Amino acid sequence: MTDEMMEEEGGVIKKFLYVNRRPPYGTIYAWESLEVVLIGAAFDQDVSLLFVDDGVFDLKKGQDTSGIDMKNFSPTYRALEMYDVEKIFVCKESLEARGLTADDLIIDCEVLEPAEVTDLMEGQDVIFNF
Amino acid sequence: MKFAIQVNEGPYQHQASDTAYQFAKAALAKGHEIMRVFFYHDGVNNGTRLTTPPQDDRHVVNRWAQLAEQHSLDLVVCVAAAQRRGLVDEGEAKRNGKDATNIAPQFRISGLGQLVEAGIQSDRLVVFGD
Repeated sequence: MTDEMMEEEGGVIKKFLYVNRRPPYGTIYAWESLEVVLIGAAFDQDVSLLFVDDGVFDLKKGQDTSGIDMKNFSPTYRALEMYDVEKIFVCKESLEARGLTADDLIIDCEVLEPAEVTDLMEGQDVIFNF
Repeated sequence: MKFAIQVNEGPYQHQASDTAYQFAKAALAKGHEIMRVFFYHDGVNNGTRLTTPPQDDRHVVNRWAQLAEQHSLDLVVCVAAAQRRGLVDEGEAKRNGKDATNIAPQFRISGLGQLVEAGIQSDRLVVFGD
C-alpha cells in the first residue's frame, strides 16, 4: 500500500490499475477485464486503466466485427466516463509500434512515455493484469 | 501477511493453477493468511467436480478443495465467467433452467465484486496466469 492511501467512511481507498495488454477478439481477456472495471467502479476506489502492447487495439476506432460473429464491445469503453473512470492511459511506444496515434482511439486518453508507465505502476496498490 | 489469489487459467492446460496452489500451500505453511482465491477467465474450470484426470496425475480440483477444507479457504468462481463456460451451481441451474450442476465441493460462485473486495482487503493480491 502507498503512503497516499486514504481512509474514507466505510473503508480504505486504494489505487487500482487495470493493465490491458491483449487485443480485443483473439482472446476474452480484454472484454473480461472491462467487466471487472465496470463492476469494480461501484467500490469507489482510485481507478486507472492502462493500455499497452496489443492492448492499444482494444481502443481502436471503427472496429467492425460483423465478419467474425463476435460482439463489438469497443463502444462500452465510452461508458467508462459515466462510471467515473476517467484516468485512462495509453503507452506511446505501443501506439507508435502499431502505426497508431491518440486520434485513432475511441476515447480520450493520456499518452504516456515508457518511463511514465513505470511511474504509474509504481504508484499503485493493486495491479490487475489482463 | 494477508494474501488474496487470482487464478486466470484452466487446469492442466496451463501452469497457473498449479503454481497458485503451491504458492497458497507454502504461504499457509509460513503462517500467512489466504483471505480468498478468485477464479477468473478459464480459471473457473478449476471448480468443476466432473474433472477426472488419469489416476497417476495430480487432481487439480480436489487438491484445491482439500486445501480449502483444511484451512477454511474461500474459493470463489466468477459468476459471469462461469456462465459463459458452463460452470453451474444449484442457484445458477434454477435461474437459467439447466438440468445439472457441476460446481465442486468447497467452491462457490459469486460476483466480480469479490475480486475487487479481495484487492481492497488483502495486503497483496497475487495473480497467476499469463
